Amino acid sequence: MRPAATFDLGKLHGGLRLPSEKTGSTAMGIQVVPVPAQLVLPLTQHSGNPAQPLVGIGEKVLKGQLIADADGALSAPVHASSSGKVVAIEQWPVSRRYGDPAPCIIIECDGRDEAVELAEPVVPYDTLPAESLLQKILQGGIVGLGGAVFPTAQKLMQANTQALEFLLLNGVECEPYISCDDVLMREQATEVLRGAQILMYSLGLQKCYVAVESDKAEALHEMADALTALNDDRIVLKMVPTIYPSGGEDQLVQLITNREVPSGGLPTDVGCLVQNVGTAAAVYRWICQGEPLISRVTTITGDGVLSPMNVLARLGTAVSEIVAFAGGYTDRAKQLIIGGQMMGKSVTTDRVPLVKATNCILVMSQLAPPLDERPCIRCGECAVVCPVVLQPQELYWFACADDEVKLREHGLIDCIECGCCDLVCPSHIALMASFRQAKARIHELADEKARAERARLRFEARTMRREIDEKKREEELAEQKRAAITAGPNEIQEMVERARRGKPQRERTKKGPE
Amino acid sequence: MWISILIAVATVSGIALASGLLLGFASRRLPPSSESLVDQVNDLLPQLQCAKCGYPGCRPYAGAIVDEDAAINLCPPGGDETVQRIASLLDREPLPLGDAASPASTSSLAVIDESLCIGCGWCREVCPVDAIIGAHHFMHTVIARECTGCELCVPRCPVDCIQLVPAR
Repeated sequence: MRPAATFDLGKLHGGLRLPSEKTGSTAMGIQVVPVPAQLVLPLTQHSGNPAQPLVGIGEKVLKGQLIADADGALSAPVHASSSGKVVAIEQWPVSRRYGDPAPCIIIECDGRDEAVELAEPVVPYDTLPAESLLQKILQGGIVGLGGAVFPTAQKLMQANTQALEFLLLNGVECEPYISCDDVLMREQATEVLRGAQILMYSLGLQKCYVAVESDKAEALHEMADALTALNDDRIVLKMVPTIYPSGGEDQLVQLITNREVPSGGLPTDVGCLVQNVGTAAAVYRWICQGEPLISRVTTITGDGVLSPMNVLARLGTAVSEIVAFAGGYTDRAKQLIIGGQMMGKSVTTDRVPLVKATNCILVMSQLAPPLDERPCIRCGECAVVCPVVLQPQELYWFACADDEVKLREHGLIDCIECGCCDLVCPSHIALMASFRQAKARIHELADEKARAERARLRFEARTMRREIDEKKREEELAEQKRAAITAGPNEIQEMVERARRGKPQRERTKKGPE
Repeated sequence: MWISILIAVATVSGIALASGLLLGFASRRLPPSSESLVDQVNDLLPQLQCAKCGYPGCRPYAGAIVDEDAAINLCPPGGDETVQRIASLLDREPLPLGDAASPASTSSLAVIDESLCIGCGWCREVCPVDAIIGAHHFMHTVIARECTGCELCVPRCPVDCIQLVPAR
């Protein structure tokens, strides 16, 4: 019997029904991009500290070999995606910085694609205690593949400190162009669900909801079949309506459990942990097959490429190669976006590599028309569609005035930058852009404040230290004076002698000029 | 009856006089939370400790402002914004920024050319936030994270090996 997709859901505020552009890329299955001649692996493919390189230039590396280790409490390691030789560790344009360079390890592939021997043999995961399973997940370099690239192991460890009820598997790909999770669920449904079982085991959870959007009929079908075959009644498939941005973490929690994630909080605050379906599959491949995160499925689409499709490519493959694999650019190609149409980042060069975060490569035929921005008429359309129930028109007002306090009060930090307000604004105001800027400004001010506070403390400490030094010196001088007054003629003679020999009575550090 | 009226008036006047004296004394001898006022002004200052105001640091300058010894427009790094804020806090007339020669150089960072450093330690002595480290006769260096870019070390260096670069 097939588990029914259910629809008994909480309600999402606002959101938009966007025209789906997925049919082009889902027409054929996942195509495998051959290993390129050169791999560029950025040290920062995750949120947190950059990984620390473990290899030197000229060193031979094998597929799956650890080449940069996690650094600090929030970081993820990087593995070589294929075998070859490290030729450089240098700055290279990356997508997370809009095509600006960042440190990368560059590997020249030898084409043999030799895999490294595993340090530890693959063992059934349920023989491991949960703690060491989490450590193992950390070593796999696995990060959230939905786009936020938060290191998965750290997310699980943080979640473990709180009372959890549900694991939510996020198969809601609400961005209009992206379909990589869709095809992943069609072709690797069993891997996804087994990954979910591993995640549940590591957290000691007994309930998992897999959320899939209603427009992904085939993925729903495949997942339901895989679930029947797996016969695990802890996992329930849920169908959610196709509304952008229902795939946001907090929005999904609201939809599935009807609980609202508090402002500034995390889904774990209401007992939920959200993981992307791609992440679950990656966890499965690492724990059960010993393959760390060295490749991912990504969508290459838009009317700027000849044949839109979903590809499985090694991390570090240049975007230009993936585009070439998809038939190359059309004559109309004008703009390259990494990520979706709504939340993606426009980059200036296709030399950027595919990284863990790259869920979509979008080539658009035309640049967005220059907005004919007009004054806000306070119609309130933006507030109607805002999925986090903010008042974008008010926020815009305060962002223009650079009013940090008011921006905070009105919940700017809760803005998920979904861009719904931009789309509906009849005055074509670039609201999301101004919110992004305002957020950056708030962070900058906070940094500035922290820096000023440190400087103040250091200055005060120094002032105090100098006062103490001063007092000490005065006491010493007074002491010497007293000694000189009470000294007899012989002793004075002695002192003069000593002074003549150039030997000070007491060793004193030379003082620089004040 | 006159007696009792007189007693009442005398008592009330006595109480008034005593409290008046007490309050007068308090306001003279115990300046009303001037410490916390200094702290408030100090919070508005940019904490560069650059001494461009003529005082050895931000806090001494804040103290001078509260004591009305110093004008409120002597802080070039803070800019007009800081003057405005101090003016509204202390209810004083906002003055235009004094004609300090150097414009507000926001977030710069001192860098020592370590190949030229002779290890005299003079820069370390003048650094208001202890952001320069080094032993005598050895190379000195700047802790970039703590440097406020106050420029105090630049003229001190006898071999001119310190430069200010824009931070970040």
